[in-house]
Amino acid sequence: MVDRIVMEVSRYRPEVETEPVLEAFEVPLTREWAVLDGLNYIKDQLDGTLSFRWSCRMGICGSCGMTINGDPKLGCATFLVDYLPGPVRVEPMRNFPVIRDLVVDLSDFMAKLPTVKPWIIREDELPVGDGEYLQTPAEMDEYQKFSMCINCMLCYSACPVYALDPGFLGPAAIALGQRYNLDSRDEGAADRRDVLAAPEGAWACTLVGECTTACPKGVDPAGAIQRYKLTAATQSVKELLFPRGAR
Amino acid sequence: MTTPVRAYRHPIPRTWWARRRSYRLFMLREISCVFVAWFVVYVLLLVHAIGSGSDSYDQFLDFSANPLVVALNVVTLIFILLHAVTWFGSAPRAIVVHLRGRRVPESAVLAGHYAAWLVVSAIVAWLVLS
Repeated sequence: MVDRIVMEVSRYRPEVETEPVLEAFEVPLTREWAVLDGLNYIKDQLDGTLSFRWSCRMGICGSCGMTINGDPKLGCATFLVDYLPGPVRVEPMRNFPVIRDLVVDLSDFMAKLPTVKPWIIREDELPVGDGEYLQTPAEMDEYQKFSMCINCMLCYSACPVYALDPGFLGPAAIALGQRYNLDSRDEGAADRRDVLAAPEGAWACTLVGECTTACPKGVDPAGAIQRYKLTAATQSVKELLFPRGAR
Repeated sequence: MTTPVRAYRHPIPRTWWARRRSYRLFMLREISCVFVAWFVVYVLLLVHAIGSGSDSYDQFLDFSANPLVVALNVVTLIFILLHAVTWFGSAPRAIVVHLRGRRVPESAVLAGHYAAWLVVSAIVAWLVLS
């Protein structure tokens, strides 16, 4: 087996470059090395100035989203052997401002996320002494898929709508809103509606479907958005037909 | 955290959609609406021609037999099939049905759409041919 592979890593040092450039590094290769291992080797052994985000190394923290050979991927879940003979090109996630090398600015998402109120909303909060809100396995199945999101932002990186219209609420935020709307313990769907059913919310999505392809956790944001469109449209028709009765 | 002044924003090229197969397929699906619109116009022209007597119907048939119109309609058929298939393909993700407390599988929702298409097509064919 080839025991080395070339990684072409995007470098952007605002004090040096006006736009990102690719820099090639040759790294050792073992069968179990992920792209993230290669980046850590570069940082430890070849160039300590290389900047990238990472933490858990096991697809849970959502820190190491990057563009690998043009595809949005988690660095820790993408293996170098799959790119032999190389080179493998590592760039920052698309559709976000690049701060340095592979580090992007996620402020936009951090501002949008709380607007969908991704927490359980109750009309009447029960006292803690009354115990937990119970839920059957079938009720949990309704939203569990959407609750697997790790906020890695690969769906935003894959979404051409977000690229062209940065005002778009985006796949993960809408899927997270749906995650709570579909939770039997939640009563906040009406509170989330202004944001989710806005022109920059679910309706901005044109169903390219790349968010679902990119998602490393099987969340299916595209499905969540289409489902919400149907819910919002049904609600509007109900309100039109029964202006007093619909809720 | 705010975006530093020197943060780099990748420009979006006009040909962004040519970059990936899935983007190209998406654009074809979006363009299919133009052909759906043309088909609606074509059917309205047909209805108008039928309503205006046999001469105008014959004229419409001549117009339809023009190789350019035939070619356009063949392309239209392909795009309408693409439109219908992709539309049906996305329907099970939007429509979640529960029967007797159990979720109907996505494949059944999809099959239901094709069955409905078949039934409507059969009714239209029966109306036209009888």
